[in-house]
Amino acid sequence: MLSLTLLSIPLIAAILLLFSRGNLSRNLALVFTLVQLVFTVYAYTVFKNEGAQAFEFLASWSVKPVLNIHFAMDGMSLVMIMLTNLLLPLIVLSGYNRELERAHIFYSLMLFMQFALNGVFISFDGFIYYIFWELALIPIYFISFNWGGEGRAKVTLKFFIYTLAGSLLMLFAFLFLYNGTPQHSLDWGFLSSNPSCSCNQTWLFWLFFIAFAIKIPIIPFHTWQPDTYATAPTQGTMLLSGIMLKMGTYSLLRWLLPIVPAGVAEWQYVAITLSVIGIVYASVIAIMQKDLKRLLAYSSIAHVGLISAGIFALNLSGFQGSMVQMFAHGINVVGLFYCADIIMNRTKHGEIEGLGGIRLVAPQFATWFMIIILGSVALPLTNGFVGEFMLLFSVYQYNTWLAVFAGLTIILGAVYMLRMYQKMVLGSAIKENMVFPDLYWNEKIVLVTIGILIFVMGIFPGPIMELTEPVLKNLIK
Amino acid sequence: MIDNFLELTKLITPATLVPLFPLVGFLLIALFGKQLNHVSGWLASAMILASFVLTCFLFINLPGKSDLNFELFQWMKWGNFTLSFGFLIDHLSLVMMLVITGIGFLIHLYSIGYMHHDEGFSRFFSYLNLFIFFMLLLVMGNSYLIMFIGWEGVGLASYLLIGFWFKNDAYNDAAKKAFIMNRIGDLGFLLAMFFMLFHFGGLDYLTVNEAASKLGLGTLLITSITLLLFVGAMGKSAQIPLYTWLPDAMAGPTPVSALIHAATMVTAGIYMIARSNILFAMAPHTMDVVMWVGVATSIFAAVIGMKQNDIKKVLAYSTVSQLGLMFAALGMGAFESGMFHVVTHAFFKALLFLGAGSVIHAMSGEQDIRNMGGLSKYIKLTWFTFLIGTLAISGIFPFSGFFSKDEILANAFNGHTLVWILLSISSMMTAFYMFRLFFLTFSRDFRGTEDQKSHLHESPWTMTVPLIVLSVFAVIAGFWGLPVVFSETHVFANYLAPIFAESKNILTAHAHLDHSTEWMLMGIATLAALMSIGLAYYFYIQSKLLPEPDAETKGFAKWVADKFYIDELYDKVFVRPMMVLSDLFYVLVDKLVVDLLVMASAWIVGFTGRTIRLVQTGNTGLYLFLMVIGMMVFMFIQLVY
Repeated sequence: MLSLTLLSIPLIAAILLLFSRGNLSRNLALVFTLVQLVFTVYAYTVFKNEGAQAFEFLASWSVKPVLNIHFAMDGMSLVMIMLTNLLLPLIVLSGYNRELERAHIFYSLMLFMQFALNGVFISFDGFIYYIFWELALIPIYFISFNWGGEGRAKVTLKFFIYTLAGSLLMLFAFLFLYNGTPQHSLDWGFLSSNPSCSCNQTWLFWLFFIAFAIKIPIIPFHTWQPDTYATAPTQGTMLLSGIMLKMGTYSLLRWLLPIVPAGVAEWQYVAITLSVIGIVYASVIAIMQKDLKRLLAYSSIAHVGLISAGIFALNLSGFQGSMVQMFAHGINVVGLFYCADIIMNRTKHGEIEGLGGIRLVAPQFATWFMIIILGSVALPLTNGFVGEFMLLFSVYQYNTWLAVFAGLTIILGAVYMLRMYQKMVLGSAIKENMVFPDLYWNEKIVLVTIGILIFVMGIFPGPIMELTEPVLKNLIK
Repeated sequence: MIDNFLELTKLITPATLVPLFPLVGFLLIALFGKQLNHVSGWLASAMILASFVLTCFLFINLPGKSDLNFELFQWMKWGNFTLSFGFLIDHLSLVMMLVITGIGFLIHLYSIGYMHHDEGFSRFFSYLNLFIFFMLLLVMGNSYLIMFIGWEGVGLASYLLIGFWFKNDAYNDAAKKAFIMNRIGDLGFLLAMFFMLFHFGGLDYLTVNEAASKLGLGTLLITSITLLLFVGAMGKSAQIPLYTWLPDAMAGPTPVSALIHAATMVTAGIYMIARSNILFAMAPHTMDVVMWVGVATSIFAAVIGMKQNDIKKVLAYSTVSQLGLMFAALGMGAFESGMFHVVTHAFFKALLFLGAGSVIHAMSGEQDIRNMGGLSKYIKLTWFTFLIGTLAISGIFPFSGFFSKDEILANAFNGHTLVWILLSISSMMTAFYMFRLFFLTFSRDFRGTEDQKSHLHESPWTMTVPLIVLSVFAVIAGFWGLPVVFSETHVFANYLAPIFAESKNILTAHAHLDHSTEWMLMGIATLAALMSIGLAYYFYIQSKLLPEPDAETKGFAKWVADKFYIDELYDKVFVRPMMVLSDLFYVLVDKLVVDLLVMASAWIVGFTGRTIRLVQTGNTGLYLFLMVIGMMVFMFIQLVY
């Protein structure tokens, strides 16, 4: 039953919010996301003490065709749930000193998004999983479309169709699986214990892989992403980069690997090579990016490239590293985009050139921005290091030279991040009469929380790894 | 979580407190810097003093071979891999800890005077404490992973301190360059750790050493690991080809140059190799590489140092050169000699930098030695202590540099004659350019402006006391390592002997030099140094030569003065192509090719839709016509198959 509660809190909130107006909407949104966070903590303790039984929910939707609803929980799902429900209040809070039109719809969509994301992470039946996967696309589409920046219509349409096309491939894959077995079951437990169904695994691999690769994104399926990140409103970008793209990496571990093992084994080298090329390719592009949000978008592609490379290394280091890094990247990228938003909101300037001197007037902001950058460039003792260390090690276990190539990320990451920081934050002010107040209270709460999480997770990554270890060990077999 | 915390509190021992003090200092000053104001300088210094006292306590209470090796908590654990956070206090780490906290404290004290008028006073001391914390982690860790935390951490502190005056973009560039060049080395370090973790199953020194000593001598694995580690050392300790960041790092405040870019951080690479002595002893090829890179760096930097006119740049290149000397020693298997030079160099180079800081302070910020001169009359104490430092680095008996350098040269003579010749030349050049610097700064007449002249003053006591203490050590530190001809017991080498015992067994031992050879070597070295000093005296005192203005430098001299254009070369070969590649990837590959394919597929769908729409005319005749054609096609297919 706990599963249903996890889903119902944000859903009820989303509906309630539609009847609120103005400041009340965001206050309500904050309250509900905090309630959900508290409930997640409760769920964590239940899971720790009593195991997954309390989360089990199985019901039949229809008998013919056989459609079931199955919610459950394991360590991997719990980590993703924790990430989602931890980030949501921060994302809501980050909008507190911004003016927003039709705020009630905006926050309602956001809560609906949370509902869908929670659903994706606890669905253990392919059918219901697919529904939530698609459901998550709807609110973010409207958020980007209605509250986005310049050229949003075109960009959002491209994003929507691109990801939808990917999802269709996944739908085909599920239909194959459905027809491929006499039981007509899409239950995760069934599929993962009967991976060698009569379907052609080569085809199944590509259907799933492309669907997930678009969402993650793995190059060359990434071109929707920089545009979308740059035009979407910042809170939407946070949702997209912080949580939604983890749907892709999570699904690799949850669905692709256990269900299509032979296909994965067959195409592992392609997938890992694409991922690693993506790391270096995106990092190199980030170096000369002129637009701050685009730079962060490409840096994000590089980071998730490493995550997927670790997953396709098919060893425990990679699996564990990817879970740690999903969590870490979620936190860091939200922090980075928030810093970008703070700069752009105050200066009306999103270009890397032509700014500077922020440190002089807003030292607190400069400090927290630096700390988040350190997490992003994986300095030891920050959360980014733990994941990156394990992921690079997993790639090394797969192939030494590939690891050398992937390892360039630690150099290139420093190059583009420090260059950006120097041009925008250090130096003396280039823009005349720049008004740049230091952090407001809500900004301070968000950035300080993120900053503390960066170090806590960097020094004590143990709890996350303990949660996921048994699940991922099973996956190795 | 709470259990974890309670467990942590139990682990507060003298050894854990040593790095904890600077960490607490950093946090306090970072959080309350504004309120503390000038107290933060004293707070930071007190924290380091506390660490120093505790280190002395450990030094006294750690007799014999009973090393302190303990685990604090598990950091990462997955599958069969467990990586813990732990400390190893043995003689090697103690030597480094004494240097770091001892000299660190003196430089903190000095900075109180030096940075007094700076608006970022508190920020400066928080960074300094942060640096000491990471530096201590680096030398105290019981595994390569902990060393790596410190390794990257000092890189961060160095980045923050080089770019301390962040309004100046040239300084920011220097800071960024230092961080990135170090990161190149760090990738080597990281890969070396992957090799070790994979093949040895752990990263702590005990596991690694035990597993490595079972490998064959000079196998591919051990050679790869040691070479990769050495890449890391090249970055941190500024060896060819990754040395170019260090001269630029002089952009930071002078105490930073003294502490980080001379006495401690840049010797981390030497510490790392000394710590991994068993691995390196197993890899003779790597040892050769280390030795020759060291020799080449030593000579190359010395040559550049001859034509520099910025007081800090001269010292920077001399640091690079001295580090090369240390690596040469390590490469020859003389680990304890390399470490001995680390210690003596820490004293006299910190002294020289602080002296230079005192000079710059007196000269109201002037750093060009062509505009100085005659300062001995105005800042007597600085002059005298600087002279001691210069004599020490030149290797004049009985100053500390003489003994440590002699030891390395004696090792070289004993089996590597060519290395001995080259290092002797490099030492001669060092003596020459150091005295060139000394004479131009302190002797002859004052060449600065009247304004500067009226401001000339000796520094406050917080700055002069460290100078005096350091100059005392610059004199006496050598006596810890007296050559065999003077004394049978080499205090320093004996102290470190247990660390290097095993690798000495692996390395082929050379016969000890007999006393007459040793006397001869010392004689040659002293004579060579004296000749260089004489030459410097002849040029810059007797003939009253002055280095020409930059514009008039021509030919080879210009090449040297412009550092052989290595920076420009790197810029052309690495930086520019990378930028072009970045633009190329973005505009050509990403925007044009990849995205075009995506858009093309959308366009094809649209085109198909538009085309097929043409058929939807609503004209029944056309529909019938098409139907008949379709039926004919099907019949045709039926007939054929």
